[in-house]
Amino acid sequence: MLRRLYHEQPESFAFTPDNQKWAEGQITKYPAGRQASAVIPLLWRAQEQEGWVSKPAIEAIADMLDMSYIRVLEVTSFYFMFQMQPVGSVAHIQVCGTLSCMICGAEDLIAVCKDKIAANPHELSADGKFSWEEVECLGACTNAPMVQIGKDYYEDLTVEGFAQIIDDLAAGKVPTPGPQNGRYASEPLSGLTSLTEYDSGKTQYNASAQLATDIGETIKRIDGTEVPLRTPWVGKDGTVASMDAAGAPPKPAPTPKPAAKQAEEAKKAAPKKAAPKKPAKAEEAPAVEETQPETLSAARDGGADDLKKLKGVGPKLEGLLNELGFYHFDQIAAWTEAEVAWVDSRLSFKGRIERDGWIAQAKELAEGQ
Amino acid sequence: MLQDQDRIFTNLYGMHERTLKGAQARGHWDGTAKIIQNGRDWIIDNMKASGLRGRGGAGFPTGLKWSFMPKESDGRPAYLVINADESEPGTCKDREIMRHDPHTLIEGALIASFAMQAHAAYIYIRGEYIREKEALQNAIDEAYDAGLLGRNAAGSGWDFDVFLHHGAGAYICGEETALIESLEGKKGMPRMKPPFPAGAGLYGCPTTVNNVESIAVVPTILRRGPEWFAGFGRPNNAGTKLFGISGHVNNPCVVEEEMSISFEELIEKHCGGIRGGWDNLLAVIPGGSSVPCVRGENMKDAIMDFDYLRNDLGSGLGTAAVIVMDKSTDIVKAIWRLSKFYKHESCGQCTPCREGTGWMMRVMDRLVRGEADPEEIDMLWDVTKQVEGHTICALGDAAAWPIQGLIRNFREEIEDRIKAQKTGRMGAMAAE
Repeated sequence: MLRRLYHEQPESFAFTPDNQKWAEGQITKYPAGRQASAVIPLLWRAQEQEGWVSKPAIEAIADMLDMSYIRVLEVTSFYFMFQMQPVGSVAHIQVCGTLSCMICGAEDLIAVCKDKIAANPHELSADGKFSWEEVECLGACTNAPMVQIGKDYYEDLTVEGFAQIIDDLAAGKVPTPGPQNGRYASEPLSGLTSLTEYDSGKTQYNASAQLATDIGETIKRIDGTEVPLRTPWVGKDGTVASMDAAGAPPKPAPTPKPAAKQAEEAKKAAPKKAAPKKPAKAEEAPAVEETQPETLSAARDGGADDLKKLKGVGPKLEGLLNELGFYHFDQIAAWTEAEVAWVDSRLSFKGRIERDGWIAQAKELAEGQ
Repeated sequence: MLQDQDRIFTNLYGMHERTLKGAQARGHWDGTAKIIQNGRDWIIDNMKASGLRGRGGAGFPTGLKWSFMPKESDGRPAYLVINADESEPGTCKDREIMRHDPHTLIEGALIASFAMQAHAAYIYIRGEYIREKEALQNAIDEAYDAGLLGRNAAGSGWDFDVFLHHGAGAYICGEETALIESLEGKKGMPRMKPPFPAGAGLYGCPTTVNNVESIAVVPTILRRGPEWFAGFGRPNNAGTKLFGISGHVNNPCVVEEEMSISFEELIEKHCGGIRGGWDNLLAVIPGGSSVPCVRGENMKDAIMDFDYLRNDLGSGLGTAAVIVMDKSTDIVKAIWRLSKFYKHESCGQCTPCREGTGWMMRVMDRLVRGEADPEEIDMLWDVTKQVEGHTICALGDAAAWPIQGLIRNFREEIEDRIKAQKTGRMGAMAAE
């Protein structure tokens, strides 16, 4: 039972388009700012899709929910349903070994696993199809002994019956889940002792086994297309009744981010901050219309001209001009009035282009080359 | 014996229509709006009068718990959280409600939430119950389609949403504050109390956490009247209850019965008797893994309710998950298995529990084989006493009690095994 990151990790992780939609639907269950609540359902869907939870999956989900990576990793390692290493390609078999199942024969089922799959839990079988583990109480104690395979419970097992189930799975068949001894659900095997007055004929299987046979994805890797996505709590107008009625809970404490990520975000945020300034300035001085002059992404073959030769241009302004896409005197010499205005609004020295006569200077310098 | 017309969960085995239509035909969702229009105080008073005690194990009076919620909102929303993280070994009753009779739970959630001024209820179901989760979600979707949830739910004038959330295999999340932590997207580590959830629970807002069964019985109690419900069982142990009987009985099953039914009647009526007859009964754990085991001979006349099992047998009703063990059972090994369970499930937050559960399991492991000194039995007893009551939540207590029950009831079995291991001979007990 590996409770840390596996030594071999896949390159990347992405939800399938339908799983992505499903995940976004889950987040709407929680109040604004509390999207971290969705972390367990999302990790679980990632595992249903891939078979186990990888590092890229943890990071992708952390980014989706605006959580730090360590918080998602610690959730992953805390909850035992998350497999942190690859499992059998066909099925990972979980045998309940806690008291009720143990005294009803779970140890014999574990012996079957050791014999048919691998000597140790979490070890892949020779053909890579199966892996197994002993898990704590699965909550089907009156149907002991039982195992969980994929999404489903196989209950009231015998050694022979369980071995047959593994053989069937290996052969590509999925046996019907539910009680394997002829019971319907959790009623007494010998017949009903209560609720006889309500006996009105059964559907073929109990609720769990019926869903399994209807949908048929017991051991399938889930891609989100199995059942249609429904989020009935979101009203037609896109609001959630309870959140409208009750107001929002207090804001959570902000999530601290790793230093590298903070720097990255600051960088991203910087141009955004500048953006709203521009229209504001344009409103103040709408006199000259701005047009963007032709720019270069890099200096031409002969190398950039020394723009510092222009009066008033130091290393800082030269850098700025380069950044905007100007490397040569002839570029500057060709600016029109509207283009000067465009450049002017992007430099922090307003009016300097005209005051220092850059265009005239640039013409001379360009001709002198 | 309880009559079918007095059973609340009329589709416990799922043999009838499991849809909303089927549930309505059996009397659910009948006059829900009228119940709500009686007002918050009426609902809470009736719940108190019914004598319902929480069905999640601790047995705290449900109506009283609801009355702890603030009467006036201070601007924060209130939440109902339904604990469907059924993980106590032996317990499998809520599973049957959620997959076969889900509308009892959804209707109960609406009424209970209204009584606590909550507009939203989160149901936290254990992660392994995947099909149960799907069945319950389908029922919730049906209720939305029929206008029973959402804006003006069921025509009551109360806006109400039910959100189904799931865990991922941690027993500790059945503890209410650990559940809240988990629901907030964190590790399920219990919080210190106070503040209690009714003051600051989910997202720092007033919250009540109730078991599935406690909520699912609410609509029927209010429809039929608290006197009806209080009419079953002895005083202070009112009502009907889902029992889950597993282990060495001829027909293990989940069944709804009256509280205070005798153990013998429960087993004979529904389970076809003890495997190999009553003389073959070794021990019973009457309320899920957290309560001490009881010797078979004391169990036959036992009354299955909170007070009798606690006061007369030193055990407890817990979740009414009855684990029956016949004489083929190695009782020391059985309790060792529970120690292993608690060691596995300790969240690691409090040292006495994190370390203590491991110590207890390792000593139990040697006791199973008899590789110990007789003094170590007292030492183990001592360790259980040092864990018990010294942790934030009750998992430490729950880990200690089964071992205390074993030492109290089966000390000679352990001593005998140690003697046999020392002398290489079978003792009198083991030879039996």
